[in-house]
Amino acid sequence: MNWEVIGSYLPLYWKAMLLTLRIGWIGIVFAILLGVLCAIVRFYKIPVLSQLAGVYIEVFRNTPLLVQLFFLYFALPKIGIPIRADFCGALGLALLGGAYMAETFRSGLESVAGIQTESALSLGMNKSQVVTHIIFPQAFARSVPSFVANIIFLLKETSVFSAISLMDLMFTAKDLIGLYYKTTECLTLLVVFYALILIPVSVLGDRLERRVRHAEFGD
Amino acid sequence: MSENKKEEIIKVNHITKRYDDNSVLEDFSLSVYEGEVVVIVGPSGCGKSTILRIMNGLEPIQKGEVTYRGEKVDGKLGSITRIREKVGMVFQSYELFPHKTILQNVMLAPVLVQKRDKKEVKEEALQLLARVGLAEKKDSYPRQLSGGQKQRVAIVRALCMHPEVLLFDEVTAALDPEMVREVLEVILSLAKEGKTMVIVTHEMAFAEAIADRVIFLDAGQIEEEGTAEEFFRHPKSERAKQFLNSFTYEKK
Repeated sequence: MNWEVIGSYLPLYWKAMLLTLRIGWIGIVFAILLGVLCAIVRFYKIPVLSQLAGVYIEVFRNTPLLVQLFFLYFALPKIGIPIRADFCGALGLALLGGAYMAETFRSGLESVAGIQTESALSLGMNKSQVVTHIIFPQAFARSVPSFVANIIFLLKETSVFSAISLMDLMFTAKDLIGLYYKTTECLTLLVVFYALILIPVSVLGDRLERRVRHAEFGD
Repeated sequence: MSENKKEEIIKVNHITKRYDDNSVLEDFSLSVYEGEVVVIVGPSGCGKSTILRIMNGLEPIQKGEVTYRGEKVDGKLGSITRIREKVGMVFQSYELFPHKTILQNVMLAPVLVQKRDKKEVKEEALQLLARVGLAEKKDSYPRQLSGGQKQRVAIVRALCMHPEVLLFDEVTAALDPEMVREVLEVILSLAKEGKTMVIVTHEMAFAEAIADRVIFLDAGQIEEEGTAEEFFRHPKSERAKQFLNSFTYEKK
């Protein structure tokens, strides 16, 4: 292991990590929004929208992110919609993540028993009050474990961004290996930097889970 | 004490309730008067709970009409939330909100729905909790309470809305026997204050003690109706006799 080489690569990896984080963060935020939206549409079986959401979820859960990115990046310009690589990365991540988040939130919503709604209604609450104060907090609490797992999964998926020439961590490592053949150093740095991103997320996720656990009632 | 002189609060007028093709209630009528405690008893599946749910607008009906002080009770109408503020309901399975503390459970609806002053509501909530012996549980979560405690909180939660009528749907059916009394005592004390209540229960001794009027329901029909004394001591119909006998044991 050549520490000097590692030291000289650090700024490149740092920059790449920031790009991974920037695109990942934007993609995940929109994935959550999209997921919540689809989950609500599906949970309340809103006609037409519910079916559309269903198709969307199946398509994006059952195709690889790489294929989705290729489609967005290479096929869209062909039909007259040019798209920037970083925008494309965030969009791809949002669409993929949205499909996973939708299912996570929907199962959370479904796990809140109908009679909870009735007891809230019987206290004079209207439907939107029931959703915001009773159903949503409980559904979210129960979705937290798979919600966190989704975020970790999506951050790892960003490693295919290199395929649309985004200078993310994976791209940087492959590029450097191709140029200087310092394979061990490059790959070690790659592992370290992904861990640097993901371990804090995992720890924060654990915290979040513990904080909302009180809603996970046995009785 | 004639009931007719008192004001009619809830009127169930010739309603029909079906689930798919199964008729639960057919041409059913019942009136609840101010200050009255009506107890509905009867075998399982006879439609007792359904009546309460219909009175609270939780269950659509196919025919007839339910009114609260002359206003139509219908879960689809906007007026239903105002009616539900006045017609409180307590469920068999308590249904406290598990993500909120006991105090938050009690305070939520008065503050959110009735827009009452938070401080005033808190004061009342604490008083009511103290009354049922649960003041020290105010910051606990529902899962930390026993079934009997949870049910007392559920009653307090309904009371804090200042309802005019309370509907109790088999509130002790899910409780261990030694916890039944602590819940029923609370309801008895409400009856002493003259609260209007409709109670569905399988606790016959309790029913006899609390009821101004007993309604014996069988297969969606009122089979017999009378004062507690009349119904429990001198049941008229064969079905009622059979039903009451099923609660007594003899060593043969």
